[in-house]
Amino acid sequence: MAKKRSVIPFGPQHPVLPEPIHLDLMVEDEKVIKAIPSIGFIHRGLESLVRKKDYNEMVYVAERTCGICSFMHGMGYCESVEHIMGVEVPVRARYLRTVWCEMSRIHSHLLWLGLLADGFGFESLFYQCWRIRERILDMVELTTGGRLISSVNKVGGVIRDIEPDMQTAILRAVKEIEKELRVVQKTFMNDYSVESRLKGVGVLTKKEVLELGCTGPFARASGANFDMRVRGYGAYADLDFDPIISPVGDSYARCDVRIQEIFQSIDLIRQALGQLPDGDLSVPVKGNPDGEYFMRVEQPRGEAVYYVRASGKKNLDRLRIRTPTFANLPGLCKTLEGADYADIPLLILTIDPCISCTER
Amino acid sequence: MSRIMPFAMTMLKNLVSPPVTKNYPESPAVYPERSRGHIEITVDECISCGLCVRSCPTGALEVDKTAGSWTINRFDCIACGYCVEKCPKKCLHMVPGYQEPMMEKSSASYQKSPEVMAAEAAKKAEAAKKAAAARAAREAKKKAEAEAAARAAREISEPAQEASQPAKQARQEVTD
Repeated sequence: MAKKRSVIPFGPQHPVLPEPIHLDLMVEDEKVIKAIPSIGFIHRGLESLVRKKDYNEMVYVAERTCGICSFMHGMGYCESVEHIMGVEVPVRARYLRTVWCEMSRIHSHLLWLGLLADGFGFESLFYQCWRIRERILDMVELTTGGRLISSVNKVGGVIRDIEPDMQTAILRAVKEIEKELRVVQKTFMNDYSVESRLKGVGVLTKKEVLELGCTGPFARASGANFDMRVRGYGAYADLDFDPIISPVGDSYARCDVRIQEIFQSIDLIRQALGQLPDGDLSVPVKGNPDGEYFMRVEQPRGEAVYYVRASGKKNLDRLRIRTPTFANLPGLCKTLEGADYADIPLLILTIDPCISCTER
Repeated sequence: MSRIMPFAMTMLKNLVSPPVTKNYPESPAVYPERSRGHIEITVDECISCGLCVRSCPTGALEVDKTAGSWTINRFDCIACGYCVEKCPKKCLHMVPGYQEPMMEKSSASYQKSPEVMAAEAAKKAEAAKKAAAARAAREAKKKAEAEAAARAAREISEPAQEASQPAKQARQEVTD
């Protein structure tokens, strides 16, 4: 019997998608043969704003590229401009940035775990993850003043300090999170129903990952050793950690890698706060940037690239942000080929899509 | 057992414990000290320099120096705190507590009190008076200098002035 082919539109509005992306799924019975993505529903033109805003004001625009990895967008932009201007950021500021980076990684991964649980229909696990996430968001609000948009970066350092009482609060919260996450980890990694939905679904080999240029936990779950933190920006050069890699490459491994990265982030926060040096928070910056720089930072979703070009005026010439989701989209389409139609929402979730980042 | 129901303990615990969420409007939210809620101004201390207006990334602020008013469009403000950092008089403050929803987009205007305005006007008038006095003094000095110069010139060109005497007399006759 000849199999029937049809095209099913998926998104931009779909219960599993927090943000709009559209996929044309070519299906043969229940199997997907090909997926064609199309983006461009929430393009805001943030990059072109760089020609209208002062390079100091642009920090606030760069931060608003995305609501989840907001801190790292601001930091990536600031570090690029600092490199162009040859500004030496104080050591304390670099450590504080690292702490906030890891805090945002924890909340981003917990958010993703919740969405994944919701995706395979485990509602109470979803609420459990988001309840844990609330603890770290409280700490972000305590130290920066905002729950997601921190606005603590500036060219030349940071604006706010993490006081000793805040440090103890963070360490206490992190300890609680670790304890509660162990329970959640047990459920994710041992539960029969979770396993049946994730194991062996959407397998991507290391070769495919390298060919398609995937990044972040999505690539690390397939055995590719990509972690931009190893480059040693911020204070990562002084901290002791190894990228978490799993050789399996299915959705289960992606979940495992992300859970272990939360534990790693907790460890990094402890290390950074333990050896937090004294000193200034920022150095005064004078003049305008002139030159160009290419900055790579590791965001929760993978490697983000910032390209900044300036020509000695107060407005920059060009800012280009290549976000991790954009790099992971070819990998997503590859995993969708040959997948069951019922697994599509889960597979889209496993790249941790952030569409507003992608479209800027 | 742990393979089938690892979540059972959590569920049982949640059944007997109170909810994590708050009954929000009844039990008010507690904001940390640094919370970036909204911006407030001690308008009487403001010197209307306009640095906040120039620093605002969204252009939400407006300052009128003559009217002594400071206006913020609450819907445009992103509570980044850049103006608070830039304010030279430190009269802008970031205050916890988010803005309440409104029916239509509007801006909040803050007006300096009449006493402050009067004091400022008096100060300005005094400054203007002082400036005028200084200007007058300067002009008088200039005049005196000019006169001295003219006198010196006259002394040098005495014969020429004598030569012009008859002409002066003639002019007088005409006017008579």
